[in-house]
Parts: sequence; structure tokens; C-alpha cells
Amino acid sequence: MISTNFQTVAYVVAAALFILSLSGLSNPETARRGNMFGIVGMVLALLATALGETFDTVGAWVLLLAAVAPACVIGVVVAKRVKMTEMPQLVALLHSFVGAAAVLVGFSTYLHPTGGEGHVLTHAEELIHIIEVYVGVGIGSITFTGSVIACGKLHGKISGAPLTLPGRHMLNLVLVILTVVCGVLFARAAGADNISGALVWLGLGTVLTGIIGLHLVAAIGGADMPVVVSMLNSYSGWAASAAGFMLSNDLLIITGALVGSSGAILSYIMCKGMNRSFISVILGGFGTADGGGGGVVVEGDHREISAVDTAARLKQAKKVIIVPGYGMAVAQAQHALADVTKKLRDSGVKVSFAIHPVAGRLPGHMNVLLAEAHVPYDIVHEMEDINDEFPETDVVLVIGANDIVNPAALDDPTSPIAGMPVLHVWESKLVVVMKRSMASGYAGIGNPLFFKENTSMLFGDAKKVVEDIRAAL
Amino acid sequence: MRVGIPREVFPGECRVAGTPRTVKRMVQAGFEVWVESGAGQAAGHTDQAYVEGACTIVEDVRKLWAECDIILKVRPPQMHPALHEHEADLIRPGAALLGFIWPSQNGEVVEKLRSRKVSTISMDCVPRITRAQKVDALSAMANAAGYRAVVEAVQHYPRFLAGQVTAAGSVPPAKVLVIGAGVAGLAAIGAARGLGASVRAFDTREAALEQIQSMGAEPLRVDIKEDAEGGGGYAKQMSDAFLEAELKLFAKQAMEVDIIITTALIPGKAAPKLITAGMVESMRQGSVIVDLAAPQGGNCVLTKPGEVVKHKSVTIVGYEDLPSRMSLQASWLYSSVLVNMLEEMGGGEGFHVDMENEVVRGALVTHDGMLTWPAPKPAPKPAAPAPVPAEKVGVSEQAWQEVPHGKEKPGEKQAAAAKAKAKAGKGWLWMTLAALAMIGVGWGAPESFLSHFTVFVLAIFVGWQVVWNVTPALHTPLMSVTNAISGIIVIGGMLHLGGGLGDWATILGIVAVLVASINISGGFLVTRRMLAMFQR
Repeated sequence: MISTNFQTVAYVVAAALFILSLSGLSNPETARRGNMFGIVGMVLALLATALGETFDTVGAWVLLLAAVAPACVIGVVVAKRVKMTEMPQLVALLHSFVGAAAVLVGFSTYLHPTGGEGHVLTHAEELIHIIEVYVGVGIGSITFTGSVIACGKLHGKISGAPLTLPGRHMLNLVLVILTVVCGVLFARAAGADNISGALVWLGLGTVLTGIIGLHLVAAIGGADMPVVVSMLNSYSGWAASAAGFMLSNDLLIITGALVGSSGAILSYIMCKGMNRSFISVILGGFGTADGGGGGVVVEGDHREISAVDTAARLKQAKKVIIVPGYGMAVAQAQHALADVTKKLRDSGVKVSFAIHPVAGRLPGHMNVLLAEAHVPYDIVHEMEDINDEFPETDVVLVIGANDIVNPAALDDPTSPIAGMPVLHVWESKLVVVMKRSMASGYAGIGNPLFFKENTSMLFGDAKKVVEDIRAAL
Repeated sequence: MRVGIPREVFPGECRVAGTPRTVKRMVQAGFEVWVESGAGQAAGHTDQAYVEGACTIVEDVRKLWAECDIILKVRPPQMHPALHEHEADLIRPGAALLGFIWPSQNGEVVEKLRSRKVSTISMDCVPRITRAQKVDALSAMANAAGYRAVVEAVQHYPRFLAGQVTAAGSVPPAKVLVIGAGVAGLAAIGAARGLGASVRAFDTREAALEQIQSMGAEPLRVDIKEDAEGGGGYAKQMSDAFLEAELKLFAKQAMEVDIIITTALIPGKAAPKLITAGMVESMRQGSVIVDLAAPQGGNCVLTKPGEVVKHKSVTIVGYEDLPSRMSLQASWLYSSVLVNMLEEMGGGEGFHVDMENEVVRGALVTHDGMLTWPAPKPAPKPAAPAPVPAEKVGVSEQAWQEVPHGKEKPGEKQAAAAKAKAKAGKGWLWMTLAALAMIGVGWGAPESFLSHFTVFVLAIFVGWQVVWNVTPALHTPLMSVTNAISGIIVIGGMLHLGGGLGDWATILGIVAVLVASINISGGFLVTRRMLAMFQR
């Protein structure tokens, strides 16, 4: 058993470790250490809580172990089994757990306020406490349903297309107003010590915010999922922070705020990458907002190239840039691609990878996949660093990417993705686009790149095609 | 629009801001061009050649400065030796001036230009972006300097560069070491290779190693991986270890190579000392060192800026004016860049200072009586490039840049103030809103809430600061680690476990602990798995 003072000190250390953990994650060299800091901080925080004065019955210990042990087993098994391509949906799913936990903690805190034994709350304090509970439960609920929908979309269980109900902004507004009304009624009932009445209002508020979360994410198209996932990451942090407020626990507040602001920054960075405002992404409806416009219809003839010819062109090239997209992830082509890269590099061809900030379905998704396939990270470049190099490049391989290499973003002001920074692949001598068919990308827009003089299409499953190239090299 | 090209008055400066070929382009772009009599003489251009390029030759320097709308210069304005008057005082108020100004070193000149409402375009401040490549004067000059460095080396090197097999016996090729593979270093590699030498080069930047290879030289590396594993105080330790390894490499190379060309610079600092007296003495008889960092004190301890010295049998070239020694070529390159800039600014018809044009804005030092340098950064980079560890520490070899001597009085303070002003204008709305919200909180909330609120706000800022620099490659691991950390909500569940199974709060608590724990264990493990894959 440790004193409250000691517990506070342990919390401070844990908070510092979390900060070190996040800062460690900013650089590949220190990232592993950063993760370690996070684990140590978490263990410390849990021990300090479990050994604290409020945790003094044997029963509590038994219950804790009964809950934690299976959870760890589940967590470990899932983490070991998940494929790297399924990472986005796993992260989204884990977010939903935090949301669910926040809702549960909110309810149990209302039923059984802790930490306040003997301390009589003033009226204002009580009101604030009630509000904290309501806000915490609400954020948790939005996070939960939103994450579940995001996970479903990423996993392909739910259609990736944005759900655009008529008057959806109005619907959101009504839901928010109803939520606030419920909150007021909850505070009233709670203030009058009408517990069952208060629980009904709290439950109704949970459902309403749940619908908000559901509708919010359902209205966002699949192409915007990186933003959504990091936004949900931010929400899960705010939910933890709100729980900290209701429990008067500074560690929860700090950690939640850290996670919340980091998620917000990531969302902001993503939006910058797409040259779109955060608000418009959140309100959803990508590619449908401009109704009739929808960009110029793209038509023309395209040329095809075989895998063998592609291999021959690659061998002759001095400099090759590979642009991977979500299609590479879907087809699991990264390993074969890494082999091709290695072969080319060994024979003296300069190979780099160009990563668009929103390639894939999660920020940094491509980097993770390429790292998994042992592509050295110093030949994997960001869009800004490599966009100037296309004119001096002999062959560009576009693998399962579409919108991020669409010249319409620059040329066609009516295009829904106008103004979004894209990779200027068409400036190179030869572009080979690997695709299943001539279908359009996630944003549902035609791509004039496919009809350019220096573009050749290589149709087929990305993995199969890359393996063919590898064999031909 | 009338463009004026005066003669450069800096002693020994042979370049000129316009050549007969480039003034023709200016005339085509719609400018009227005046050239001071004898301006091109040092670069080998007669007045007659300029007249054939449809220029007007002007004898009176004052008239040229006073009556032209745009003045093209190489060096920053200085005291005119014949007129005993500062060039910045000769210029017509409101005119435009294009040239190397080096605003951080020439605060006084900049202030003079500002007070005369001159629109000053400093060619050394052009932003390094794709669109600005055609106006990148520094790279053009560094290219000339790198080439010339090899020529100077050959001048003093008493042997062949290329290997030969002759009846008299065979001659091995000369071995050249280039330190720093910026534009100048790469140009030097190219020139030395062209003469048949065997070239090797070193740079601390990983990306440069590839460029070295692409120029046909052998990239040298230092093996510091072992030392970097030490943990704790990583950057600092590595920096020492790295420097040491670097010097060791140079010491070994000095014994092997015949010619060393150094181009190592740290922006805003004295050049790093990389070649010690001992290394010089260990070099073979007749060896040559060309020190392109001489204007910043030199990379070799024995370098005498501006001079050629002999130490034992090794020649050390410390010329500071290598581009000027290529005056014909350098003038043409430089003035082509100037014409590109004039065209960028609208040509003869539409010449104007466009504050929206980021190329012009970046190079604009003074305009309409205001100090506009340094230019505000364009929108924050969404993606900070992955830092190369070596770049942070010790020495960073950079493109050789032409920097004038002495005089260090930056007008930085005023610039910072101007920058802050622009920023404040944009953010005031948010500031006000935030302040109002704070007042609201302070009004209504009890004390116990406020202490938590303080912690909350501070933590948000810490999170903001910490995460801002993350490399995009790590976004996914970062997200999964923050996700795992947000599992801290497990504590909330734990606090409710005390009530026994009969209590609803406890049951909810158990479920909360369960899901949060899945999150924690799964999140950390998955992060670990991902990070284990990141490797060079």
C-alpha cells in the first residue's frame, strides 16, 4: 500500500514518460525507445493505481486480474496476428475500445462517485461534475460508434462511399441540439438526486451522441479515412481527458490531452496534404459536394505495356521512382516490390520511393508496409522532397495509386480534387501505371494521366504483375 | 523600363551583371539597357559589343545610377572609390536593385536602401524551390567555383591527372578527394573526372552520397553505427564520435590522395577545420589543397584566405574569388539568372514587385520603405523531412557559397518585429476568442476545477510541441502508440472495482478495464511490431 503522495509522484513520472514516448516517436532512430517509455509509463501508472489507498480490497484485486489477464491475451493475440495491411482497421477498432471504456467509466462514475468521501461538494462543483460526466460519456460515445464505422469501412464490411442523407447538416444540427437538451435534463434530474431519471437522460444522451458519431463518419468518403482515423485518435484522447476531469485524476487529464492534441495535429497535417480544410473533411461528402460540376470527363486512348517490356525498360533506366498507393497494400505487393527494388539497385539503377502524404488509408501507411518488406527507409521519400526529381527520372512505376498522381488536380479547376498537391509523375520519361482496370479511384474521378503520351498501362493484379516483373529481371 | 548595369567597383571583381548576349535578351523582353562604359572590360566584353547588343553606353556613373529604374549588380552596393560616395546613395529613390546583397551581413547597406525606398531583390535570398531554380544564382556561382577549383589545383599540381602508360613508364592517375558534395563539390567532381583523375568524395548527408556516385566518384563513409548504439545523450555523443571518425577518415585519405578540394560550410558560422597541419604534412610531395571555404576562414588550418601558400611541399590555394576568376562564364551565368528574374517580375512591360509571387517575395529585402527580409515562411511544411542524424551534429558540408568578407551587423531585430506583426494580425481573432473563453472559465468554475484545467491546457501545449516535428513515415506508429497510451482510461475503470460484484458501477468498471486493457496491450505490441521493421 502506498500513500497518496507517492501515488501522485508516480503519476507525474508516468506523465513525463508518456511525453518522452511521443517525442521519441518523431524519429526512426529513437522510436523504439519511445515505445518502451510508453510501456514503462503505463505499467507504472497501473501499479501506482493498484497499490493506492482507494484500491484496498482483495476483491478489487481479484476483479482487476480477472479483467486484465484475458484482455492482455486478446490484445497480444490480435497484435501478433494482424496483417500490416489491416493496420488501419485495427487502429480504428482500438480507438472504439477507448470510446467504449470512456462511456462505461462515465456511467460508473455517476453511479458511484469516487475520491470524494467525506468531502461535500459545493453546488457549483457538483454541477461541474455532472457536466464532466455528460461530456465524457458523449465524447466517448462519438468515438465508439465513429470508430466502429471507420473500422467497418476500412475493412470493407461497410461501403466506402460517403453516406449523403438529404439535409445531413441539418440532421447533425438537430442531433446536437437534442444532445444539449438531454444534457440539461440530465443535470436537473441529477441535481434533484433522481438517479433513475438521470440515468435515462444520460442513456439517451449516449445514444444521441452515438448516432452523431455514426452519421459523422458514415458521411465521410473512404479517401478521407486517414483524416478520420487520426481525428478519432484525437477524440479518444479527449474522452480520456474528460474521464480524468470527472475522476479528478491529473494523469488521465494530461495523457488524454497529449493524445488529443497529437491526433488533432496529425489530422491537420493530413488535411494540408490534401489542400482541404479540416471542417469540409469532417462534414463529409467528398466528390459529391459540387453536384453537377464533377470535373471534366476524361476520355482518350491508352497504351498498354507487358510486364516483360516493363522489366526491360527498368533495366535500362538510370533512375526509377516507385509510387505506391492503396492498391499495393490491397494486393500485398510490397514484398515482391522490395525484391524488384533490390535487384534494380544491385544492378546500379537508382531507385527511390515517392510517398504522397495521403497515400493509403492511414497516415504513413505506405511507409509501414515498405518497412515491413525491408525497403531501406532512406530511399523512401516524401512528396515534397522528391517532386522535383521526376523530370530527370527514366521510369516511374505507379502501383495501385490513382488520385495522388492525377494531373487534373493542377490543370482542371473544376475537378473535385483541384488544388490538392499531387506527385508530378507525368514529367518523367515513362510512366507505367499498374491497375486492375480503367476504373476510377476512390474519389471517383477520371484520371487524364492514363491517356498521356508517356504513360503506359499495365493491367492485372498488382502482386501478380510485380512478380512477373521480378521474374523477367 | 530602363535597366542600368554599372561597373563593379569591388577590387579584383571581374564579373559584370550583364553580358552582350544577355542584354540582348533584356532588350527583347522590353527593357531599355544602359551600360557603364568599361563595365564588361574585366570580363572581356568591349563597349562596342554592348552597343551591338542594342545598349546605350553611359560615361557618367551618377547619371546611370540616378536615371535607371532597375540596377543590376554583382556585389552589394559599397563606397564608390572614384566618387567617394556610397553606391546606395546614388540610386534613384523608388528604383529596383538586383544583386547579391547578403542582408544578414550588410545591415547598414540594407538600411540605406530601405530609407531610399529601393525595391531590393537579393539574389542570394531566392527561396530554394523548384520554380526558383532558373533564378538560383548561388548554384550558378557555386558551379563555376567548383570547376575553377579543379583548374586551380591542376595549375599547381606538377603531374598528370589522367593515368597513362607510356614508353617511359606508366603513370597512375591522380587521386582527388572532394569534401562536401554540394553544387560546388559536385562540379569539382565532374571537372576532375573529366581530366582523368580518380575521384572520391565525402559528405555527411546521406542523400549526397548518391549524388556523388551519380557523378562517377566513389563515396566515402564513416562507420559510426557501433557508437550510435550507446543510448542516452545520443546526439551529443554521436556528434563527437562522428567528428572523430570523420577526422580519422581524412587523415587516412590525406596520405593517399594528391589533391584535396574542400567545400565544407556551416551556415552562419566559421568554416569547420577539417584538415590539420599534420594531415597536410602527411601528404605526398607536390600535393595541392584547394580550400573553397577560405572566405569563412578555410577548412584547412594552414589556409591563408586570398592567397596561395606553400607548406613544405604542399600548395594550399585559398582564393576567395573563384567565380570572378571565371569572369566570362560566371558573368554570363549570373546575368542569365538576372534576366530570368526580370522576366519573372513581369518583363519590360509589366515589371512590378509581386508580393504574392513566392520567388520574388523570398528574395525581396526592402520595398517601399519597409524591411521585408527575412520573408515569412510559406505555409508550415506538412511534412518535415526525415532528419539525417549526421546533419544535426558536428559538421555539415554544404554547397559552397560566395559570401563577402567581414561586416556582421544583421538587421534581424527589425525583421523579427515585422514578422511578429504580420502573424499577430492573423491570429488576433482566435486570441480574442480564447481570452473570452478563459474569462468565462475563470468566472464560473470552482477552484478544484481550475487546478485540473491548468494541467489540461498545459498538457495540450506539450502534446502540440512534441508531436509537431514527427516524420510522416512514423505517423502510423505514432498513432498506434498514442492509441495505446489513451488506454490509460483503464485507471478510471480500476477506481470503481472496489464495490463488489453486486454494484453496477463495479460491473461497468470491469468491462471498462477489460476493453481498455485490450487496447493497451494490443496497441503497444502492434507499435513494437511496426517499429521493428523500420531499418535502413
